[in-house]
Amino acid sequence: MSEITPEIVQSHQLTLDEYQRIVAILGREPNLTELGIFSVMWSEHCSYKSSRIHLKKLPTHGPRVVQGPGENAGILDIGDGWCIAFKIESHNHPSFIEPFQGAATGVGGILRDIFTMGARPIAVMDALRFGPLDDAAAGPRNRRILSGVVGGIAHYGNCFGVPTVGGECVFEPSYNGNPLINVFALGVFKRDQIFYGKATGVGNPVIYVGAKTGRDGIHGASMASAEFTEESKQKRPNVQVGDPFMEKLLLEACLDAMATGAVAGIQDMGAAGLTCSTCEMGSRAGTGIDFDLAHVPQREIGMTPYEIMLSESQERMLLVAHAGRENEVLDVFKRWGLDAVIIGRVTGDGMLRVRNHDAIVAEIPSRQLADEAPLYNRPYTEPLRTAPVAAPAFVSNDLTGDLLTLAASGDLCDKSWIWEQYDYTVRTNTIAGPGLDAAIVRVKETDTSIAMSLDGNGRYSLLDSREAAKLLVAECCRNLACVGALPIGTTNCLNFGNPERPEIMAQLVATIEGMAEACAFFDAPITGGNVSLYNETLGDPVFPSPVLGIVGVMQTVLPPGIAFRCDGRDIVLIGGIGAADETRMGGTQYAKQVLQQMWGLPPKIDLEFEKRVHEAVREIVIAGLAETAHDLSDGGLAWALAESTFKAGIGATIALDSGLRPELLLFHEGPSRVLVSTSELSRVIEICERHRVPAPVIGRTGSARLRIENRGDLLIDARVSEVKGIWSTALESALHAETHV
Amino acid sequence: MRFGVVVFPGSNCDHDAWYATSRNLGQSAEFLWHQDTNLKGCDCVILPGGFSYGDYLRCGAIARFSPIMAAVKRFAADGGLVFGICNGFQILTECGLLPGMLVRNRGLRFICREVRLTPATRNSAFTCDIPLDAELRMPIAHGEGCYTADERTLDQLAAEDRIAFRYIENPNGSMRDIAGILSAERNVLGMMPHPERATEPLVGSTDGLAIFRSLVSACPVATR
Repeated sequence: MSEITPEIVQSHQLTLDEYQRIVAILGREPNLTELGIFSVMWSEHCSYKSSRIHLKKLPTHGPRVVQGPGENAGILDIGDGWCIAFKIESHNHPSFIEPFQGAATGVGGILRDIFTMGARPIAVMDALRFGPLDDAAAGPRNRRILSGVVGGIAHYGNCFGVPTVGGECVFEPSYNGNPLINVFALGVFKRDQIFYGKATGVGNPVIYVGAKTGRDGIHGASMASAEFTEESKQKRPNVQVGDPFMEKLLLEACLDAMATGAVAGIQDMGAAGLTCSTCEMGSRAGTGIDFDLAHVPQREIGMTPYEIMLSESQERMLLVAHAGRENEVLDVFKRWGLDAVIIGRVTGDGMLRVRNHDAIVAEIPSRQLADEAPLYNRPYTEPLRTAPVAAPAFVSNDLTGDLLTLAASGDLCDKSWIWEQYDYTVRTNTIAGPGLDAAIVRVKETDTSIAMSLDGNGRYSLLDSREAAKLLVAECCRNLACVGALPIGTTNCLNFGNPERPEIMAQLVATIEGMAEACAFFDAPITGGNVSLYNETLGDPVFPSPVLGIVGVMQTVLPPGIAFRCDGRDIVLIGGIGAADETRMGGTQYAKQVLQQMWGLPPKIDLEFEKRVHEAVREIVIAGLAETAHDLSDGGLAWALAESTFKAGIGATIALDSGLRPELLLFHEGPSRVLVSTSELSRVIEICERHRVPAPVIGRTGSARLRIENRGDLLIDARVSEVKGIWSTALESALHAETHV
Repeated sequence: MRFGVVVFPGSNCDHDAWYATSRNLGQSAEFLWHQDTNLKGCDCVILPGGFSYGDYLRCGAIARFSPIMAAVKRFAADGGLVFGICNGFQILTECGLLPGMLVRNRGLRFICREVRLTPATRNSAFTCDIPLDAELRMPIAHGEGCYTADERTLDQLAAEDRIAFRYIENPNGSMRDIAGILSAERNVLGMMPHPERATEPLVGSTDGLAIFRSLVSACPVATR
């Protein structure tokens, strides 16, 4: 007689079809522990069952790709025998429930993904999305969430000792009930020191290392199970608590253990904890793991096999050692004061066999559990759009005032209140830190540096998911070009609503297809990432929110900054003024902040032209001809110019020659454009001509004002100090009310 | 000259200090494990930044009980040079080698930012080569860097010329803008800013080298 009722199946968020599949795989009814194991491995989070058939469309190969999707992180070869491992992951839902710990453990999780492969993390970036801080109803909560998330990221990254070198932070009402916290991490290692999550070598010991297992983070689905609640007496929060000091010990101990040569395979225990690590390591190696829960270090007494297998306690790793050399591994962990216990052995029969004091409590074929989750080709129609196509009538009577409105906006204002809480200089590799187009960390052992750009634009994606994805890839690659780096690989985090809704699924499909086209075009293959679905509250989905992290390589040199450094330099707009019309203004910051509306389409992009712009800019930067280089994106030309004046307080006088109406000319967000200031004008022009890229000289640096005119009409005239003052205090004043909450 | 960089399990600027002294300064540098008591014959012990033992209690409160700190205290008592940076400064105050304490920043947030310092004395091995009118740029990165002591101690530090560095724009609320102080015997320096993170042009400043170069010129056995 089975103990599993349809209600229990449903409470584990498995369908009856999925349950039948489990019965077929096992050849019998599962017990409750086995059902729990299947439910987490076959969850959307672990199995990608809604997205996998579309993710296959992404380009994943390239000359530098050492490891594509499917491992803990992607790996790229950067030359000289060195590699980088990098990936982005979301921690959206936990951060909404408990912002500080949710964000902290998000950082912890992605760091483990990096060092479990043998790489030492050298950079973190984060993409954050919150509801508006001044929202009438949700403002106080949004402020609390932002403060908590930033504090959590700072707490974990700073203590662990990895620099948080950049990121972005955007506000939209669609994130009121569902903030997005995406964390990117990158590590370096030698090509011959890569470790994989494979349980190789029948008879090899399986070793549990790190923090003890507690009841924290047990899958939400299990909370509803009657048996579970009866035994557990109380409901524990689903959000785990992070211990960055423990993670730091784990990092050092794991790298030391790997250096002994006694480690055969290793994987972190992240989502789905012990379950995921044991079955995936077996599945990847074509082996099984037979282990006894009695040996698992536990923080609490009386934990059931179900609880131990599903716990998501942080800072734990599973490691397979070469038989006979286990003591070398155990000694390393002892030196770092960490638990390390042999809990079982690798077997040749492909079974995940879980015992409790010798009695078998679960027995499941690893491969089917890890890799044969049902895949869904969910129906999709046209992407959800909640904005009109037609543009409203708009005319500005104060363009300078409009610029100040942008300066005061949450999206464009100075974010140093956030990033000054992150240690971005530790490890002394940070060549370009937060607040710039791309962050750069050097790899000390080589002459190579890694440039990284993290970006997303939910407004564009809502208006046209496919075009938005291309724009996103283009912008990241443009940011890299501005520091002279060549893009080599991409990681993506796809944050969407409920995929069971065809119009949401359509957003996801269009995004992936647009991304696939552009990543292939820019030779930036995708080596891994994360899909986060069901980001909705009470039926309100977040804007489709793909976030991309593209990494590039460059020689280790100081890049040009974005801010004007000297008076009297020529300002060149590489790529030209660009094309715009009213319809394509609807997703811009101008529409959002000044007109407080959204409509139409995102800017149009020509990938061929975009690439030529990148090549020209990269050549100019590498040749040392650009004193500054800054790409045009949010806020358009006027905003890019304003940003270029802030750091040194050096203004500019700009004279344009365009038939576009002023609002479009100043604030349209057409891609393929980069501002360069230079004292080597003729050489800059020569390079642009060679790449068939227009490069009008639009003005000169100097004075303490930003003056922009077009065909003799003065459009903007602002004191740099005034714009800067508004820009630099906006976030802190928006957060100020926080203390009263 | 031989530097010894102490490695507590939660140190995370240990490698930076090693890199600054060995690669950028060109001296020799060794790591010293927190459970050891052998200082390997070094001329200057560096207590680097980080979170020594997690610092969930009070920064440096547990580190003072580590085996290496017993050796460091003996070394300091014998006149050896001890240089605590950031968490190292916190440990020095916890173990009594320096007076006062580091409390949470004014504003209660972690701050990572470049600051400007001015030396307040040339009378120490750490500052002997730095002109008094110098302005040194280097990063801070701490949550608990607000130097705090009673008035008598502050007066005494000033009277004995033991204030090593002051902030030009005080970032964290430190009393009397104090960024670093010396021991009575002038052989122990603690400071919150990170000179080891300002030792090459690529990372934005080389001003931290002024302190390390002072040490080299003051150290009789240094290879220059």
